[in-house]
Amino acid sequence: MKMVVLMKQTFDTEEKIVVKQGNIVEDGVKFVINPYDEYAVEEAVKLRDEFGGSVTLVSLGPSRAAEALRTALAMGADEAVLISDDRIPDDEYAVSKVLYTYLSKENPDLILGGNFSVDRGSGQVAIRLANMLSIPHTASITKLTINGTTAEVHRDAEGDLEILTLPLPALFTAQQGLNEPRYPSLPGIMKAKKKPFKTYTLEDLDLTEDEVKPATKQTELTLPPERSAGQILIGEPAEAVSELVSLLRTKSKVI
Amino acid sequence: MSRTIFIYAESREGKLRQVAKETLGAAQLIAKEGDTICAFVAGSQITEAISAILPYGADHVVTMEHADLVHYNPDAYFAAIKAALDQMKPDIVLFGHTAIGRDLAPQVAAYLQAGQISDVTAIDHEEGETIFTRPLYAGKAFEKRVFESTPAVVTIRPNNIKPAELSENAAPSSVVDIAYPAPSLRTVIKDVVSKATGKVDLTEAKVVISGGRGVKSEDGFKPLEELADLLGGAVGASRGACDAGYCDYSLQIGQTGKVVTPEIYIACGISGAIQHLAGMSQSKVIIAINKDPEAPIFKVADYGIVGDLFEVVPLLTEEFRKVLV
Repeated sequence: MKMVVLMKQTFDTEEKIVVKQGNIVEDGVKFVINPYDEYAVEEAVKLRDEFGGSVTLVSLGPSRAAEALRTALAMGADEAVLISDDRIPDDEYAVSKVLYTYLSKENPDLILGGNFSVDRGSGQVAIRLANMLSIPHTASITKLTINGTTAEVHRDAEGDLEILTLPLPALFTAQQGLNEPRYPSLPGIMKAKKKPFKTYTLEDLDLTEDEVKPATKQTELTLPPERSAGQILIGEPAEAVSELVSLLRTKSKVI
Repeated sequence: MSRTIFIYAESREGKLRQVAKETLGAAQLIAKEGDTICAFVAGSQITEAISAILPYGADHVVTMEHADLVHYNPDAYFAAIKAALDQMKPDIVLFGHTAIGRDLAPQVAAYLQAGQISDVTAIDHEEGETIFTRPLYAGKAFEKRVFESTPAVVTIRPNNIKPAELSENAAPSSVVDIAYPAPSLRTVIKDVVSKATGKVDLTEAKVVISGGRGVKSEDGFKPLEELADLLGGAVGASRGACDAGYCDYSLQIGQTGKVVTPEIYIACGISGAIQHLAGMSQSKVIIAINKDPEAPIFKVADYGIVGDLFEVVPLLTEEFRKVLV
């Protein structure tokens, strides 16, 4: 089974966001595999171990994203592709076009990705790709079972559980609960260094800058207004609770 | 030039969702004089949902009813909305940023070769341009974004944009039913286990009661559920509570998980890790209940009670019951 995992390197979720001159500061920030993509990598590696085949990681991002790909190779993926080109704008329309151009020549049986990225959080790219590739998809899956050329998946839909079947090739995005991602082992890390790693630019994909013009553009970046600590209600629990409800009515006016 | 703004008026189990009115409200915010707003209602047994949208000021209502649309199936719903889009040829398409909107909007954006701005929390106009505000890093930062091309696709976060208002003279000029195109479905829904039936959806809830490690067990959520039921709210959780197996990951609030913006957020036994704060710090009023007076959650809470949630929460339920009667 030929599998492709869509991967993104993101800020560690423990990082604070600092904005300087309209940009997010990246100095000294710890970067990780987007947590949802980690489930996708784990699932692909498990399926490869069960059914054979290969797991190719594909990431679009700056050169530092190579670290995340190396980590995922150390988790057991077979090869990595980094599409890195400053001319590709931060816009999902453009990004999915670039990834589509690469994927349309690959014909994988299975494409896995994260439910969304914890940085931009738009959750568009994977589903756009399924549509562009004319393959079925299920987003936000918590269980995946392959039976021959059919997949059965569990999907988390706002708390309800949906059980769906669909034919391969198909695309799935991973939700928490799908699996428990492994830590890269030392032998895994050593092996990862020898695995195929390709880096592509727009030219390598036969795309021009004009073809990846963004459809949307950021005009401003700000931090949310800081919340200041409020009022601690002291006293016996019963008194504190009674004061709280009264404040919610009179001061905050939310009930 | 006048434009057509198309909204997906989401319904669930035949009932119009609150987010549908907010989506229509967003369309009204975007609309300039001469623009036409078209609302699309699709599903199985949607008579009630259709009547519910009629008095809110859409110019046209397009409907599609079919048994294939009883549950959300990406293939069926995409074929359905495609038929409506092909007929209406909109310039802007709007969805709620819900499970359905998150899935359907990118398919539509790909089909229309359009840009999409997701999870929008505010819409403004500056010098004739429509500006969309959306969170980054689950609300640790915010960006303003504009479209560089048409058509445009937008999803709006529930609970943030003012819903359309009832208007007596606002009956739509047309209500048109479009035939379901009956595609061959690749995806088959075998079963839907309705764990959330009758409950308020977390992302839409006006009141969210969340539990952390402090709830100690699955049963520890019971007092939280009682309070949520009383206030017509929903129960959420921190990652700690999910990881400990006290509840399902579908309840998780935070940077990995759901982002909520209710009017009242009550954090019970949650210490307040930065990832969790990202998911809830845009709530209007935050209340923290925690035994540890040093817990970081108190730094963002409007009101804090230092105490055992198992003592405080039932007292709070009792107190609310008194004032709400």
